[in-house]
Amino acid sequence: MTAPLLSVKNLTIDYIGETDDFRAVDNVSFDVAPGEVFGLAGESGCGKSTIAFAISRLHKPPALIRKESAILLDGRNVLDLDQKGLADFRWREVAMVFQSAMNSLNPVLRIEQQFYDVLKTHKGMRRAAARDRTAEMLRLVDISPDRMRDYPHQFSGGMRQRIVIAICLALDPRLIVMDEPTTALDVVVQREILQRINELRRKLGFAVLFITHDLGLMVQFCDRIGIMLGGKLVEQGSADAIYRTPEHDYTKKLWASFPSLHGGVLR
Amino acid sequence: MTSTSAPILTLDKVSKTFGNGPGAVRAARAISFSLHAGRALAVVGESGSGKTTCARIAMREYEPSEGRLLYKGKPVDKAGAKEIADYRRSVQMIFQDPFASLNPAHTIAYHLKRPLMLHRPELKGAAVAEEIKALLRQVKLDPDMIAPRYPHELSGGQRQRVNIARALAAKPEVIVADEPTSMLDVSVRLGVLNLLSEMKQEMNLGLLYITHDIATARYVAEDIAVMYAGQIVEWGNTGKVIDNPAHPYTRLLLSAVPDPDIRFDDPNAQVSATEADETRRRSAADQATIREIEPDHFVRTA
Repeated sequence: MTAPLLSVKNLTIDYIGETDDFRAVDNVSFDVAPGEVFGLAGESGCGKSTIAFAISRLHKPPALIRKESAILLDGRNVLDLDQKGLADFRWREVAMVFQSAMNSLNPVLRIEQQFYDVLKTHKGMRRAAARDRTAEMLRLVDISPDRMRDYPHQFSGGMRQRIVIAICLALDPRLIVMDEPTTALDVVVQREILQRINELRRKLGFAVLFITHDLGLMVQFCDRIGIMLGGKLVEQGSADAIYRTPEHDYTKKLWASFPSLHGGVLR
Repeated sequence: MTSTSAPILTLDKVSKTFGNGPGAVRAARAISFSLHAGRALAVVGESGSGKTTCARIAMREYEPSEGRLLYKGKPVDKAGAKEIADYRRSVQMIFQDPFASLNPAHTIAYHLKRPLMLHRPELKGAAVAEEIKALLRQVKLDPDMIAPRYPHELSGGQRQRVNIARALAAKPEVIVADEPTSMLDVSVRLGVLNLLSEMKQEMNLGLLYITHDIATARYVAEDIAVMYAGQIVEWGNTGKVIDNPAHPYTRLLLSAVPDPDIRFDDPNAQVSATEADETRRRSAADQATIREIEPDHFVRTA
C-alpha cells in the first residue's frame, strides 16, 4: 500500500464530566490512502461523528483528545497545529460535509457570494477569478453556472447538497469528511449524489472518509470499511470482506438487521 | 388488492388538494386502496409523494376533497357521532418520531391509561393496572420496570414499543404506522418491525405501513402501493411488484435502493440523473389508464 494520506493513531477522546468522563472514542487507529473511500459504520452514539469532528479539530469542550493520540495528514500531526496552521489546513487540506449540509448554506446570500467567501479567505481570489472557479465547480456537480446568482431556497434539497459538495471541492482538498451526507435525501437523489462523488474522486483523486449507518450503501461506495461499537473500532477490512466474510459478531448482527429487497434479511 | 375477507377500511378514489388556483397542490389524486384484517399494505414513495396525506385521510385528520372513505363498507362522512367514536377507537396511529409522540411530563403508565379510560370504560380500578401490564408485556417490555418511568428514561426503540402498546390499548382493527422505524437505530428497527408483524398476525389487524424504505416494505407487507406525485403508479402483491416492476418510476426507485451486491464503479449500475429527471417528469403527469400486468399486480400509465 502507498503511504497513507490520513493516519489516525491511538485516537482516544473523552467527554469530560463533573464526576465521570465518558470515553466516546477508545484507542482507534486506521489509515486512509490517497484517493481511497474509507467508511466508518456504527449506530448513533458509537463515536463516529466525534472522530469526524476531531480530524478537522472541530471538537469543542467538554470533548478532550487524550495525549497519546495522533491524527497525521501526510505525516504532519493535526493535533499540533496552531491557530494559523489550522486555518490553512481546514478546507484546503480537509473539507467537511455535515449531516444536514443542505441547511448549512446561508439563506440570505447568493450562491456566488458563498463560493467567493471561501475562495477569497483561503486563496485571496478576486471577484472575476472566483466567478470562473464557481462556474467550473457548479458544472462539476451538474448545476448550471447561470444559477449562481440564485439563493439557496430556489434549489431543491438534493441540489443544495450538491452545491455544498461543490464548495467543499473548490479548494482541491485531499480529503473530504462526509458525516451522513445523504440521510435527509431520497434514495434516488442519494444515489445520484454519491455516484457523482465517486466519479469525481476517480477524476480529481481526493480521498473520502464516509460516515453512515447504512451498511448496504457503504459497501457500494467504499473501498475499505471500519465498524465501530461503543467507541471502539471492532473490525476493519475491504468492503468485500466486511460484506462477505464479516468476522466480528457485531458486524454479523448489523448485517442481520437489514431487510433485503429480495426477501429476508441481507445475510 | 385481492383478499377474500371484506375490507375494514377503504379509500375510494380519494383526492386531496391544498390551496386553490394555479398554486394548488394535488397531494393525493384518485387514491384507492383497502385494508384487510391480518394483512399489511405498504405505501412507498419519496418525500412529497403523498404517502402521509393518505395516512392522514385514513385517520380522518384531513377531509378528502373528492372521493369517499368507507369503514366496513359504509361512508364515514355520513356516520353519526357513535359510529365516529367507534371509528376513532378502531383506527389507531403510530407516529414517526418516538421522542415527540409521548408527553415528557407523564409516566408510561399514564400514556396507556388514557386510551383505556376513553375507549374501554368497562375496565375499572385494578383491571386498568392489570391491562397496562398486559399491554407492556405484549410489546415485550418489562411492565414493572417501564410503567413508572418517564419517556426521557427510555431508548427510541422502547418508546416506539410504548407507542405500539398505546395504539393496541384501544383494541383497534386497523393500525396506521407512518415511518415507524425511520428515526430508530438500525439494530432496533427490525425488532420493532417484527413486533408489528406479530401483532398483525395475532390480533388480526389491518396494517397501513407508510415508508420510504422499499426493502422494509417487502419485509413487512403482503401488498404494496408505489406513490409518486400524489398518484399510486403501481400496486399489488409486494413480491410481484418488486421482482417485476412495470412502471418507470418503480424501476427508478428500485434501481437506487442500496444493494451491497452492486458497486458504484460498475458501469451497468449507473443511475443517470437526466434519465431520472425525465422519469420523474413523465410520472408526474396524470396516469389515467390502469393495466393488469399479472394477477394481483397493476400499473397506471399516462
